Amino acid sequence: MSKITRRNFLKVSGASMAAASVAAYTPFAIGGASKKVVVVGGGMGGATAAKYIRLMDPSVEVTLIEPKKTYHTGFMSNEVISGERTLDSIGFTYDGLKAHGVTVVTDRVSAIDAGKKVVTTESGKSFPYDRCIVSPGVSYKWDAYEGYDESIVDKIPHAWDGGPQTATLRDQLAAMKDGGVVVIVPPPNPFRCPPGPYERASQMAMYLKANKPKSKIIIMDQKEKFSKQGLFTQGWKRHYGYETDNSMIEWLSSTTGGKISAVNKADMTVEGEMDTVKGDIINVIPPQKAGAIAHTAGLTNDKGWCPVEGKTFESTIHKNIHVIGDAAIASPLPKSGYAASSEAKATAAAVVALLGGGDAPHPAYVNTCYSVIAHGHGISVAMVYDYKDGKIVKVKGSGGLSPMDASDEMRAREEQYAHSWFNNITNDTFG
Amino acid sequence: MGTKIKMMSAAVLASGVLLSGAATAGGASAEAISYTCAGCHGFNGNSTGPATPTISGASQEYITETMKGYKDGSIASTVMGRIAKGYTDEQFAMMGEFFAKQKMVAAKQDFDAKLVKKGAKLHDKYCEKCHAEGATSAEDDSGILAGQWTPYLEYTLSDYHAGTREMSKKMKKKVKKLNEKEGDAGMKALLNFYAEAK
Repeated sequence: MSKITRRNFLKVSGASMAAASVAAYTPFAIGGASKKVVVVGGGMGGATAAKYIRLMDPSVEVTLIEPKKTYHTGFMSNEVISGERTLDSIGFTYDGLKAHGVTVVTDRVSAIDAGKKVVTTESGKSFPYDRCIVSPGVSYKWDAYEGYDESIVDKIPHAWDGGPQTATLRDQLAAMKDGGVVVIVPPPNPFRCPPGPYERASQMAMYLKANKPKSKIIIMDQKEKFSKQGLFTQGWKRHYGYETDNSMIEWLSSTTGGKISAVNKADMTVEGEMDTVKGDIINVIPPQKAGAIAHTAGLTNDKGWCPVEGKTFESTIHKNIHVIGDAAIASPLPKSGYAASSEAKATAAAVVALLGGGDAPHPAYVNTCYSVIAHGHGISVAMVYDYKDGKIVKVKGSGGLSPMDASDEMRAREEQYAHSWFNNITNDTFG
Repeated sequence: MGTKIKMMSAAVLASGVLLSGAATAGGASAEAISYTCAGCHGFNGNSTGPATPTISGASQEYITETMKGYKDGSIASTVMGRIAKGYTDEQFAMMGEFFAKQKMVAAKQDFDAKLVKKGAKLHDKYCEKCHAEGATSAEDDSGILAGQWTPYLEYTLSDYHAGTREMSKKMKKKVKKLNEKEGDAGMKALLNFYAEAK
């Protein structure tokens, strides 16, 4: 590390003083009607965008429309399932946003008229906008497996949105007998929170090891490989006897018995290509597409996701509508809460600039994503992104996974940082 | 380059439209870059804990040089080094400029009230010279310790001991003396003094 000296300070201060001389995001709407932004969806993307637009330019009128009064995060919901934390601890209201001057409407958006620039809700209200930000999250392909549809989530919850189904799955695990079998069916790519199903298996295994050690978790994957696979595998070997005769977790790739075609609610079985597997608990995480309103509003492509421009996140289909978060095609940015937050901030800056008749500023993107495999065992993946030649790109040499040879001390710190990450990102979004 | 940017901002000011992105001649602004840190380090750099450090209120130089250390690996880290590799020294200086301007909010955390007095004494004796005003000052480009999250301070001390993060010569001397005279109990008292800060 280079030493901190006055000489070094002088070297760097030239550039930064110049930066400081430009006031950031100063309100431009002096006189004239104020600009209106309507945000559809109050998850990580929508709530962050609403808050940061107000911070960047308090003259913009921001209305956020979201059907739920309390938003439960998907991330850290696996710790609810394992009994490590309460459902309330992942629930957030919109009081924080209201304090920033965001008008919060509890309603469901039923239509977006891109021509007239009006958002309509189920209760029949209309909200005109100058620019609209759509952050609808994901919806589910209910027709992917025979016998599987939305009506069975009470018995076979996906629990992929934080909320009531998280509690259902937690209660099922708590009620399961020792020696029971949990079947987890992760979806094919792309889907929200790529490491999530495997953290879920880890958290469930942690609970079962302590409380019902004869139990088993079978992961019937629809893929050949998964996020942070090396680190998860290493953690499972260490804590849950993975790849031994006594392994608590069994992972079947799509070609080694994982691929499924049907779910039978009455028998509590999953029909794989090779075997039919019976579970005391079945957790099918269905294949995904953009949230429902994105489809209604015509913002999706033939694969069910929303194409956007990478700097402003403006839809390439409808002008003046920006789509952020899991629903947007933002690759190489992943479908994660952190990425949604980054996209929201870049979009907020772009929207403020565009409303003022200027150009969207250069964006900055980061993703950091933690998984907790066991007590004292956290792992992460991170990446810094830039915008170059009209595309979002990874900054070469940055990011990557926790090292495979990290010490116990470092794994323990990553668990503490995972919990810090949760507290900070939710406070940044809803606080 | 500084002058060029200043001229540019003057032009932007004159046009009546202020856009932060204009500040860096094509790159992301200090705000845009720094906003991405909030997910782990908290809104405006004030971490809500329990372990990730608060970075608001630190001096620009402290942040710039610390990030350089993470980037070149001379400071051990879990994830910070991986992320630091995504930025230039100029961008570190921009982050530093942003976070130096933010008001630090002391961490709300538990501490042992019985140890605070002793910790305060030890601080005055061994640390105050550089970590001035009860370790609340960012002057001299030293870290603000008062109100920092205790787990982070513990990690840092542990890294100093392990040799995976380097102390300045001055600090090495003082820490050695403190350890010889007061041992782990002294360090514990010191940490409780910093944790008590409001």
